[in-house]
Amino acid sequence: MMEKTKIESGFSSDAKKEPRRIVFITRNTSAKVKDDRGPELMTYPHLLVREAIVFEVLIIAMVVLALFWDAPLEQLANPLLTPNPAKAPWYFLGLQELLHYFPPFVAGILIPTLVLVALIMIPYFHVNVEGKPLWGEKASKRLAVVAAVTLGLLILLAVVDAWTIILPTVFVAALLVASYFSKATSGWMGSLRLKPLSWWVMTWFIATALCLTVVGTFFRGPGWSWVWPWGTHAV
Amino acid sequence: MATTFHAALENLRTTRVWKSIFRRGPAITNRTRSVAVFGNLFLHWLPVKVREKSLRVRAAYYLGSLSFLLFLLLVITGVLLMFYYHPAAPNAYRDMKDLRFVVSNGVFLRNMHRIAAHLMVLLVFCHMFHVFYRGGYKPPHEFNWVIGVVLLLITLFLSYTGYLLPWDQLAFWAVTVGTNIVSAMPVIGSKVRFVALGGNIVGENALLRFYVLHVVILPLLAFLLIGVHFWRVQKDGGLTVRSKDDDGKN
Ligand code: HEM
Repeated sequence: MMEKTKIESGFSSDAKKEPRRIVFITRNTSAKVKDDRGPELMTYPHLLVREAIVFEVLIIAMVVLALFWDAPLEQLANPLLTPNPAKAPWYFLGLQELLHYFPPFVAGILIPTLVLVALIMIPYFHVNVEGKPLWGEKASKRLAVVAAVTLGLLILLAVVDAWTIILPTVFVAALLVASYFSKATSGWMGSLRLKPLSWWVMTWFIATALCLTVVGTFFRGPGWSWVWPWGTHAV
Repeated sequence: MATTFHAALENLRTTRVWKSIFRRGPAITNRTRSVAVFGNLFLHWLPVKVREKSLRVRAAYYLGSLSFLLFLLLVITGVLLMFYYHPAAPNAYRDMKDLRFVVSNGVFLRNMHRIAAHLMVLLVFCHMFHVFYRGGYKPPHEFNWVIGVVLLLITLFLSYTGYLLPWDQLAFWAVTVGTNIVSAMPVIGSKVRFVALGGNIVGENALLRFYVLHVVILPLLAFLLIGVHFWRVQKDGGLTVRSKDDDGKN
């Protein structure tokens, strides 16, 4: 008697029977293959139409802006005539503001290099991949560590008088501490309480970079002194 | 009127000429719609289907796509500007004056290039931070994040090398300030600065070097890496969607 053998070739198309992708199973979720891809739509036209619309909106906004704002053009470059202050483009003014507090090696080389290395390493840290809240287990111990690190940093910054870094640091630290003591379960405070440490570090970094850049761009005048954007010098 | 126009368009799409150009008839079935994407060189890096969730505005705010749009606009306006520009001192500055006073729409051209450049830096930063907050760097997207960091650097260098080209006071001193910092590098600082500027001061050699970097080397690198970046988004299984996306929030 010939048995009818079933020959299978290739992969079945049923991902639940024959998973091909190594899935990432996070804690607090079941290990079953979760069909979280949801419904799919055809790229043509659904994605392409949306992209075309946002592209057009941006182009129109830029054209309108280009009609009313003119690219700057100053006098011919003159190596003998140093403007005061001489400023880099806005995206480097955060660094230039740092130069005001730290020696060139620290502000211009060390800090940017460290930031770059940290950025590249973000996906490879692999701690707390599930994004568990900072104020989860052992919250009081963590508060002590975070408070000690923050205070140490603030003292260091106070020594060099770097108050444009102190300000955003204090601001983010205040939110951090408030979220520890808060009992809120909804609203923005409720969601702050669920944020992981990585969220806090990045938010602190962005707040600081933003503050340094805005101050460097709008509030610094001759000799890197404090000025108001509307023109009056501070005393 | 609208219907006759529509009918004419539909007819056009069934002609042999149309088919010979697009390699398909009207994209009205899912099969022809798939062909419309993977059968088109300029779209083939897109997936044929996208998850509904990743189409929601919050999934990306179109920040990556808009960065790419700005890159394209910069290439187009940049090539047009090249018709009027000489990378020499002080000719470069005179070319800026010509763009303002002589060339038709020269001001508009320069404005668009300048606005797109600043906006691209801004949007690439926003894109990076947004990807971070959504956890878009998590496996299997790790390496695409690293490619992204390199793209950020290239974007900054593109913008910075372009900043010198008008050869006015603003350009000259911004680059002088920036490249002075390079000398703070231990041991090799002044050598690196010398190589970057082609001399000890920001002069004609620096202008030429920045120009070549700005119009050839960096755009080619950016184009290459943007290609890899997009290809990886697709190969890594599309945008990161979170279970939170179900409730329609965040
Ligand atoms: C020239 C600059 C860049 C361009 C044109 C670009 C373009 C894009 C596009 C079109 C996407 C698809 C989703 C979206 O529209 O957001 C994307 C996704 C992504 N980008 Fe970028 N990008 C750039 C820079 C960066 C940077 C600086 C980073 C981070 C350091 C980055 C990391 C990522 C990651 C990880 C994804 C996948 C996100 C996910 O899976 O949710 N990109 N990029």
